[in-house]
Amino acid sequence: MASYWDRSNFWRGFRDGLPFVLVVGPFGMLFGVVATEAGLPLVQVMSFSIVVIAGAAQFTALQLMADNAPTLVVIASALAVNLRMAMYSASMTPHLGALPAWRRALVAYSLVDQSYALSVMEYEKRPEMTLAQKTSYFAGAIAPVLPNWYLATLVGALVGQSIPDSFALDFAVPITFLAMIGPMLRTKAHVAAAVVSVICALLFAFLPWNLGLIVAGIAGMMTGAFVELRTENKDMA
Amino acid sequence: MSESTTIWVIIIAMGLGSFGLRFLFLGVIGDREMPEWVLRHLRYTAVAVLPGLVAPLVLWPAATGGQPDPARLSAALVTLGVGYLTKNVLAAIFSGAAALFLGLYFL
Repeated sequence: MASYWDRSNFWRGFRDGLPFVLVVGPFGMLFGVVATEAGLPLVQVMSFSIVVIAGAAQFTALQLMADNAPTLVVIASALAVNLRMAMYSASMTPHLGALPAWRRALVAYSLVDQSYALSVMEYEKRPEMTLAQKTSYFAGAIAPVLPNWYLATLVGALVGQSIPDSFALDFAVPITFLAMIGPMLRTKAHVAAAVVSVICALLFAFLPWNLGLIVAGIAGMMTGAFVELRTENKDMA
Repeated sequence: MSESTTIWVIIIAMGLGSFGLRFLFLGVIGDREMPEWVLRHLRYTAVAVLPGLVAPLVLWPAATGGQPDPARLSAALVTLGVGYLTKNVLAAIFSGAAALFLGLYFL
């Protein structure tokens, strides 16, 4: 059996993933608190975080359930919030697609914003990485995040009282994403993609089911590809 | 259907659906070659999705009822700027958090 274990890459991923404990911790706890306050029993609160592992989608579902939305609407809206995961999956495929099916299933289960963004950054920075190194890095990046997501949900559900608003924890998520976006803006094509994404996300924010983000994502990808192609052609001319 | 059953249905459907979305390409395409134009688009997935995800949260934070907030705006700019200049994610996170708390305190 082929080995996908590469110690140094696992631990580098682990080190890079570690700071995100500071983000998933409060976010998971908040979900535990809110879900418990909404009347969900502990086993359902935990199942949500273990089966779905997607904070934004989980909060969407809770909100709609509280509004007594029809079950199908709850499911469809929450999944729409997660549509970006399909884009992440496509983006990971050139790197990890050669893994055996069950390992790809494990990667898919743990494909969240943080593990995706860290891994894709690392793979671009070090294109010489082997499949084993890429796999180990991904596993390392998710290793500190996932257990803490479960644990934080549990703590939130058990403690069951709100975290003081003065901590401004709502902004932990935007800050970590912004911190990851900065280093990603390596070329004109990357910057153009990001700018178009922001403009479209704001312009189409009125669309239901978070579809504005999907429009922004597709427009941004097309922009990046277009600028890259144009820059290449100019270099050749 | 009792309320508890309904919630189980939602949890299981969301779990299967989320996994399906995450497995969609990894599972179906696997190690088959993808055409160059597809790869060219995929290289920009991260920079095309994450900024769009963050932009509304920065401009219209839920914590202020959707009103733009100078502390959060300046924290966002500091985070992005430090990340861009230093290429260091941690440095960016801590500068952003510091800017946020300073901003909330003074602005």
